[in-house]
Amino acid sequence: MDLDKIYTEVIMDHNKSGHNKRELENPDYTERGHNPNCGDDFTIQLKIEGNKIVDGGFVGVGCAISTASASILFDLIIGRDIEDGKRIVDNFLKMIKQEKISEDDKEELEDAGLLENISNMPGRVKCATLAWNGVKVILEKL
Amino acid sequence: MNYKELFPIFENNEELVYLDTAATSQKPKSVLEAVWNYNVNHNANPNRGGYKLGIKSTNLFLEGKKKVADFINAQSGEIIFTKGTTESLNLLAYSYGLNELREGDEILVGISSHHSNLVPWQEVAKKLGCKLKYIDLKADGDLDLEDLSEKLNGNTKLVTISHGVNATGVIHPIKDLVSLVREKTEAKVILDAAQTISHIKIDVKELDIDFLVFSGHKMFGPMGIGGLYVRKEIIEKMKPFLFGGDMIEFVERKGSTYRTDFQKFEGGTQNVEGVVGLSAAIDFIEEIGLENIRSYEGEILNYAIEKLKDLEGVKLYCEEAPHKTPVIAFNIEGVHPHDVAQVLDLQNIAIRTGHHCTQPLMKYLEIPSCCRASFSIYNTFDDIDKLVEGLEKVNSYFR
Repeated sequence: MDLDKIYTEVIMDHNKSGHNKRELENPDYTERGHNPNCGDDFTIQLKIEGNKIVDGGFVGVGCAISTASASILFDLIIGRDIEDGKRIVDNFLKMIKQEKISEDDKEELEDAGLLENISNMPGRVKCATLAWNGVKVILEKL
Repeated sequence: MNYKELFPIFENNEELVYLDTAATSQKPKSVLEAVWNYNVNHNANPNRGGYKLGIKSTNLFLEGKKKVADFINAQSGEIIFTKGTTESLNLLAYSYGLNELREGDEILVGISSHHSNLVPWQEVAKKLGCKLKYIDLKADGDLDLEDLSEKLNGNTKLVTISHGVNATGVIHPIKDLVSLVREKTEAKVILDAAQTISHIKIDVKELDIDFLVFSGHKMFGPMGIGGLYVRKEIIEKMKPFLFGGDMIEFVERKGSTYRTDFQKFEGGTQNVEGVVGLSAAIDFIEEIGLENIRSYEGEILNYAIEKLKDLEGVKLYCEEAPHKTPVIAFNIEGVHPHDVAQVLDLQNIAIRTGHHCTQPLMKYLEIPSCCRASFSIYNTFDDIDKLVEGLEKVNSYFR
C-alpha cells in the first residue's frame, strides 16, 4: 500500500494541528484508552449538558493515525446529541471492522470516512479506534 | 561468510530487511531440517513406549537436555524444558517463590526487566506480603550497582535480573552483581538470559547464579521450547506445579507421590521436536562460534550506531553502555514510533516499536515508547543502509 493512502492529507493535517488535543477545564466524564502494544495512551474527556455533548478533547500520546482519528472524532461529535454521538461512533467502529454501513451513515462520518483504508491494516486498527472506544464507553454509561 | 544464505526465509522474502531478532530470530536450514527429520523418522511419545521408536524419541530428548546443559556448563539434571522464558519464570514463581518466600521477605528486580521477569514477582509479593524493590539504572542504562548495594539487606531473598535488556540492548554486569549479593545476603539470583544466550557465552557456574531462563526461538531454534536451569540443591526444595503424566511416582486412590528430581517438572508429553530443533540451534551456534557471532554483530551494531547518530532528528537511547547486545533503541523527534515503523514496513524493513514489554523502563527513560532495531548474523551492512534510507524517508514525510 502506498504511503499516501495511509497518511492522507486529512490525517497529516489533523495530526499536525491536533486542535482537539487539549485538557478540558471541568470535564464531566474521563476515560483512559490504552493500546498496550504500542504504548499509545489517551485520556478522553467529555462535557455533557442535558442531552448534548457540549465539549470534548483528549490528551496523551499516540501515533499520527490515533491522534488524527481522535481529532476528527471530536470535530464530529461536539455539539451533537448523545444519540447522534453513539450512532456516529458505532458506525465508525463498524466501518473499521469492515462491516457494512449505509451510504447515509458513511456520509455522516465526513472526514472519518477517509480512515476506511485502515480497516485493511490490522496493525493500525487499534490506533484508529483508540479514542472512539473511549468515547463509546462514556456514552454508553449515560 | 554469507550467513544470510543459511536462512531460507530470506530466499522466500527477497526484499525483507529483518531487524527484529530481539523479538525472535530467524531459523537456519539446519534447524528446520532437524525438526523435519525428527518428524519423518523418529516421532513417538517419549518416556512411554518401550518400542524402538519410543526409545529413540526419549533418547533424542535426553541428548537435547545434555546439549543444553553442556552449552551453559550445567548438568543434565539441572535443566528443565519449558515453553520458553515466560513459562520458566512462572514456574519459578509458583514452584520456588510461593513455597520458599515468606511475608516480609524482599524481592529485588531490575527496573530494566522484561514484564515476564517482573509481573510473576509482583504476584508472588502480593500473595505472600513480600516487598518488591527495583534496582535503578545509571545514566548509560546499565544497572546501578551502588543502588543495588544500598537495597540489599538480610531480608533480601531473591534478586532477578535481565542479562541483556530487551528494549535497549544493555548487558548488565552479572558477575559483579552476584558478588555483591553473595557478600551481603543469602538471596538467590535469577538470570533472564533470553536476550543474551545467542550472543555471548553463558556459564552458569562461572556466573555463580541459581537460576537461568531462556527461550529457544531467540537463539535460532523453534518457538515453544525453552529452558530453565536450577542449581541442583535447589531443585529438591521446589514443588511441582503441573500435575500428571511423567512427574508421577505412585498414584493411589487417596493421594499420590511425585518424583523428586527435575522430572517432577516434566508432566505431560514433552516437546521433543522442539528439543531436537533447539539442539540443532546449539550446534549451529557452536559451528559458527559465539566469538565470531559476537564480533560480526558488533561490527553491524557499531556501523548502525554511527550511521543513525548522523541522521537528523534521531535520538538514540543507551547507545554508550559499555556492553550491548546488537540492539539500537531510538526515536525520531516529533514522529511517533508506530508511524516510523509503518513507513519502514512499506519498504519491507521490519523493526519493533512500542514499550517492548518493559513499561517501567520506558517510564524510567521518560518516553512512552521507542523504536528498536535488533540485529543478528544474517543482517548485512546493506540492511543498515536500507534502514538509514528508510528513516530518511520518515524524516522527509513527517518532519
